[in-house]
Amino acid sequence: MKIHEYQGKALFAKAGVSVPQGIVARTPDEAAAAFTKLGGPIAVVKSQIHAGGRGKGRFKEQPDQPGVKLVRSAEEARENAQRMLGNTLVTIQTGPEGKQVNTLYVEGGLNIARELYLGVVVDREAGSPVVIMSSEGGVEIEEVAHHSPEKILKEPFDSGYGLQPYQARRLAYQLGLSGAAVTSAQSFLPKFCRFFVDNDCSMAEVNPLVVTAEGELVALDAKVTFDDNALFRHKEFADLRDLSEENEFEVRAGKAGLSYVKLDGNIGCLVNGAGLAMSTMDLIKLHGGEPANFLDVGGGANVQQVTEAFSIILADKNVKAVLVNIFGGIMKCDTIVTALLSAYDTVGFTVPLVVRLEGTNVEIARKMLAESGRKIIAATDLTDAAQKVVATLKA
Amino acid sequence: MAILVDKNTRVICQGITGKTGLFHSQQCRAYGTPFFGGVTPGKGGTEVDGFPVFDSVDEAVRKTGANCSLVFVPPGGCGDAILEAAAAGITLIVAITEGVPVLDMVRTSKVLQTKFPNSRLIGPNCPGIITPGIAKIGIMPGYIHKKGSVGLVSKSGTLTYEASWQLGNVGMGQTTAIGIGGDPIIGTTFIDTLTMFEADPETESILMIGEIGGNAEIKAAEFIKSHVTKPVAAFIAGQTAPPGKRMGHAGAIISGGSGTAEEKIQALEAAGVIVARSPADMGKAVVEAISRKKR
Repeated sequence: MKIHEYQGKALFAKAGVSVPQGIVARTPDEAAAAFTKLGGPIAVVKSQIHAGGRGKGRFKEQPDQPGVKLVRSAEEARENAQRMLGNTLVTIQTGPEGKQVNTLYVEGGLNIARELYLGVVVDREAGSPVVIMSSEGGVEIEEVAHHSPEKILKEPFDSGYGLQPYQARRLAYQLGLSGAAVTSAQSFLPKFCRFFVDNDCSMAEVNPLVVTAEGELVALDAKVTFDDNALFRHKEFADLRDLSEENEFEVRAGKAGLSYVKLDGNIGCLVNGAGLAMSTMDLIKLHGGEPANFLDVGGGANVQQVTEAFSIILADKNVKAVLVNIFGGIMKCDTIVTALLSAYDTVGFTVPLVVRLEGTNVEIARKMLAESGRKIIAATDLTDAAQKVVATLKA
Repeated sequence: MAILVDKNTRVICQGITGKTGLFHSQQCRAYGTPFFGGVTPGKGGTEVDGFPVFDSVDEAVRKTGANCSLVFVPPGGCGDAILEAAAAGITLIVAITEGVPVLDMVRTSKVLQTKFPNSRLIGPNCPGIITPGIAKIGIMPGYIHKKGSVGLVSKSGTLTYEASWQLGNVGMGQTTAIGIGGDPIIGTTFIDTLTMFEADPETESILMIGEIGGNAEIKAAEFIKSHVTKPVAAFIAGQTAPPGKRMGHAGAIISGGSGTAEEKIQALEAAGVIVARSPADMGKAVVEAISRKKR
């Protein structure tokens, strides 16, 4: 689960991680008032969307307006807010459709001496969280990793003990910090790592992390993603979720216990198991089709889940055919077919449906399908299924 | 021979009084797995469907001589359950539970490595392990797995069943099939499994099923190149997965442009592995890997 910059910064502040002073604004008047309250002489008006690249992003309705803008007066703050709020910001990460900006964050200016990069993720190979830092702040870290990998510093730390001060100093010296900035890093970085662990983050990124002229480290940005699997023990995060940032069908699927990802193709898929679901997409592509989604109904799919899965798939107007691929294990094929037929009738299928079944009780299940009287195309194996579903589009 | 599981394996289930735990314990027992009961704190001294229930793994080990535990404890308590098993001396811990917080697994695997090096964890978020004809410790449908000479290792459940079924179609079976799980932090890796299959005299070839996310398959490819002499075939799921999106499994995500199917396929092919491009060709890929090795 992702949260907004202003929410991340509020959590940082609570954890003792330095952030600039800032005020949330949802109207142009609030933006102007925020500027006045922060006291000037400069402030930054920042669009709050989950995607990055906001500074270089532009609005669909206001092609000259950047998503992040430095302003020098309350009036300028108001004017910019007017051009941003309610409009659609397109950045390198939003895709061409962009994201509507409903909230702004107005932040006081800082006396910036240097810009660094700071991120924490769980390193799979090391089996521990790792601090990633770079002297190249403000640019995409993937870019830095690509053109100058030597500029990327990594410091794994123990999730129980946290990042030790000596580790923070080591990073600081490697980044060329000195004096007050080293002292600041020695306090900032362990607190940041503690924040990461205490809140079950899967990623926490500050880009740029600034060093002020006074030698203080301050988080100028905040990109925080929580581990979805740990949300059960952080009930307080429920209020931070912004459903307008998520795909409505992915949200619906989540509620039904389905795992769904929307794609751009026209062949919908319903599969049991994540690995098989990915493979089914691959298979469709291999035979000249384009998958419209990833959908894993899980191991114990029931009538309600299959019905919801079908209605989510068919709500995508691009979908021109559907492929069901089930390998019945403990969940028997005939049980799945009962659910499929009921869901088929409830949803009211208008596009071709190809079904491939294998596994436990497959013979009974195939007979049920054949005798069902519905217009369902039966496939014998994976390749046959892919060929048949792609062929329906050409017919 | 096979790997990890033999006739001396004695299994218990942690979370046996839960619906899923009990169902799969019954299925394992019906398959013929030497199953000796289970653990649910607070329900010790009772019985479910003929399985004795103990309060702790320690008690279960003392009273049944168990050396293997099948874990169905819910996500929040799964890491703790794994460590309880290890502390009680269980040497093979198979964690089926899906949705364990990543940082729980970070802590759990660190403690396992430093304090309980003799305990091997498989999973979490995996279908388990089966040595056809000997024992099934997991949630896979037993009859799909035929006895044979292929060592099968996979990150995915249903894709493993698919692969076993395809192997059956080309007249082959498995020595052992093991699901290592689709989470970012797991107990047993591809390399661990490849090492065991390479050393197992009954295993004549290996089928490895990976997916997008992380670099475990690339590490495995490097390992195969220098350490595996047996024929290896592979399949990597997620060739069409978009970057930045989690595809069901917590670990199945292409991030920062790395962890793609293509880079894994290339690394494996460079190591001499026959990689099936279509999931329909996993069985055939094993046959091809064997015949190429013979030439």
